[in-house]
Amino acid sequence: MTAPLNERPKGGVGDGFRSWWNAQSRVAQWAFGVPFILLLALLPLLNIPLLTTEGTNFGTVMAQFGMYALIAIGLNVVVGQAGLLDLGYVGFYAVGAYTVALLTSPNSPWNQTGEGGWLSSSWAWLACLPIAVAITAMSGLILGSPTLRLRGDYLAIVTLGFGEIVRLLADNLDEITGGGRGLSQVAYPRLGVAEDFPLGVFSAGNVGKTLNSGVWWYWVSIVLIVVVLMFVGNLERSRVGRAWVAIREDEDAAEIMGVPTFKFKLWAFVIGASIGGLSGALYAGQVQFVVPTNFNVINSVLFLCAVVLGGQGNKLGVILGAFIIVYLPNFFLGRTEILGIPVDGSSIAEYKYLFFGIALMVLMIFRPQGLIPVRQKLLTYGRELYVAARRRSKETAAPANPSAEVAK
Amino acid sequence: MTRDDSDSAHDPGAVGAGAEVGEEYRHMSEEAFGEGPVGPIILDEAVTVDVTDVAPELADPEVVAEIVAPTREIDTPLGKPLVELRDVTVRFGGLVALDTVTFDINRGEILGLIGPNGAGKTTCFNAMTGVYRPTSGTVGFDGQVLGKLKRNQITRLGIARTFQNIRLFSEMTALENVVVGTDARHRTSVPGALFRVPRHRHEERDAIDRGMALLEFVGIGAKATEKSRNLPYGDQRRLEIARALATEPKLLCLDEPAAGFNPAEKAALMDLIRKIRSDGYTVLLIEHDMRLVMGVTDRIVVLEFGKKIAEGLPSEIRDNPSVIAAYLGVPDDATA
Repeated sequence: MTAPLNERPKGGVGDGFRSWWNAQSRVAQWAFGVPFILLLALLPLLNIPLLTTEGTNFGTVMAQFGMYALIAIGLNVVVGQAGLLDLGYVGFYAVGAYTVALLTSPNSPWNQTGEGGWLSSSWAWLACLPIAVAITAMSGLILGSPTLRLRGDYLAIVTLGFGEIVRLLADNLDEITGGGRGLSQVAYPRLGVAEDFPLGVFSAGNVGKTLNSGVWWYWVSIVLIVVVLMFVGNLERSRVGRAWVAIREDEDAAEIMGVPTFKFKLWAFVIGASIGGLSGALYAGQVQFVVPTNFNVINSVLFLCAVVLGGQGNKLGVILGAFIIVYLPNFFLGRTEILGIPVDGSSIAEYKYLFFGIALMVLMIFRPQGLIPVRQKLLTYGRELYVAARRRSKETAAPANPSAEVAK
Repeated sequence: MTRDDSDSAHDPGAVGAGAEVGEEYRHMSEEAFGEGPVGPIILDEAVTVDVTDVAPELADPEVVAEIVAPTREIDTPLGKPLVELRDVTVRFGGLVALDTVTFDINRGEILGLIGPNGAGKTTCFNAMTGVYRPTSGTVGFDGQVLGKLKRNQITRLGIARTFQNIRLFSEMTALENVVVGTDARHRTSVPGALFRVPRHRHEERDAIDRGMALLEFVGIGAKATEKSRNLPYGDQRRLEIARALATEPKLLCLDEPAAGFNPAEKAALMDLIRKIRSDGYTVLLIEHDMRLVMGVTDRIVVLEFGKKIAEGLPSEIRDNPSVIAAYLGVPDDATA
């Protein structure tokens, strides 16, 4: 008799890997993790034929992936962990981008990089990064404190409105944001200035074949992703993460169990917003040009798509989701054949929203929990307990029921 | 339902006012399962954990009880009213769900709150735990009036409850569920968790130790790493009690904890409730099962149509004519 009690989400490959990974010691995890991250970082330089993109520069695509991954991690805190459906997340992305742009673009009335400004031009972007994070966190607080009293669909609609308000403000405040013309010449880190790169390696003018500005921005985003992941992981395995999951599961029960639900929902919003703002600041620096059309509602939906596709609540899953969202359209762009099969790649890329829609529907039927389903660890010192449980279950399962091993 | 009740059946704490009723149940359980001890039936070989692997000291039930016992200061002395309901009225529009109800819950007792369906038992409960605000009247708790306190504040003040229909956090493991309860007494917030300050680390260790002890106390320590939705029904009920106890309540409110239980499970539950009381908790019990209520409670309050119709010792309630009338109805010739 197979026990239905211990049912697991289908998909044994991920599970097998996961239990192997969880059984490793911390040191071993780092020993595997660091080379893997390095490999990911070197991906744009290796130029693997089937992996690289043809229509656009692979480094630039990976830079965009880095930003989307950050966004997905931030949105995952709000949607995946705390269960608050946020359809206006692009608003925070925009606030982050516009904060950097307004402080450093020569077109902006609040430009601080010119004469009399308090930002030196070479470090302006880095100095703006914490400012952008702080301001988006504040915008999260301002949006959250009245709206988080709403639940479910109502909250989704209000946040949808917020995203549009930010975009419309950017579009219509001509004197400040430049309206539809946008803000150009946004600051970026002026590092690695050499004869070949008069404006530094991070400049959009660095369009070298392999080691271009995109790769540099990709590396910056990897560093930020690792830092953010560590912080978010710390939160997840703490009272805060447990409160979020409890709110997601049953808000009333959580409240009655002593969880200050409103406070922790607000924290989820603020933390999600600041990560979104961080990504927006990256974007502004990389593109050096900010216009309202980049912050459409459709982007909010795309971010949400990355989270749902990857697996709500799973930090690494949503990074995979972000990769799919960014990489797949670019992969097809400009390709005329894949492995000898002729395809019209550019038009596939053009219909990306159609394909993402179909993909989501298929996913919802066969794997509603996402590509890599969540298996949250919510206790800081729970490791030894779970390892002990696994060891014991192996011991008891093996002699009593050898068929259990075979069945796996 | 195949569950191992042998642990609690041999519990030495099962002596008290209603032990003989428990015996009656135990007798019935033997009828149900046949003679001899009911051996542990392992339903799932995948995730069981031996608590003593992780925390060897938990092998001793007395140590477990000691860890579980409440440590916080309670102003009210033993035997004095911990909760004072004074003329509590709850109205929903024109419906009076609770009508000037007045009673006390003394510290250290097990108070039963009974009444026919729709009598206002759960409303009374909700008025105490802050789910509803009384339309008029006051609820005093340990020398304080629960006026406009939020629900989570009331819990942290010391009233914990379970739910009539189980409301666990189903995607969390049993231990994580309990730790959410212990978090009610913790003070780490986002900055502390973000940078893993010493207090956070201390609280986390503490939470796991206490959580494991609580699971062991209610008898489901082996299921600590199981997702709560995968637990059998009876274990889910026990987990709810453990989660409520984790908040270190001064008063534990159980809302029909025996709903859907068979006689053997009811007997085990009675033992557990007594064990909780002897560990130093005050218990308010809402229950339909008369035998269970009569067997385990020290005092009983009876509600009917939102009004208190009787209050007293179980033996007094059993013979009270208005209670009998409320439950069984009044014969036609008596009213005529």
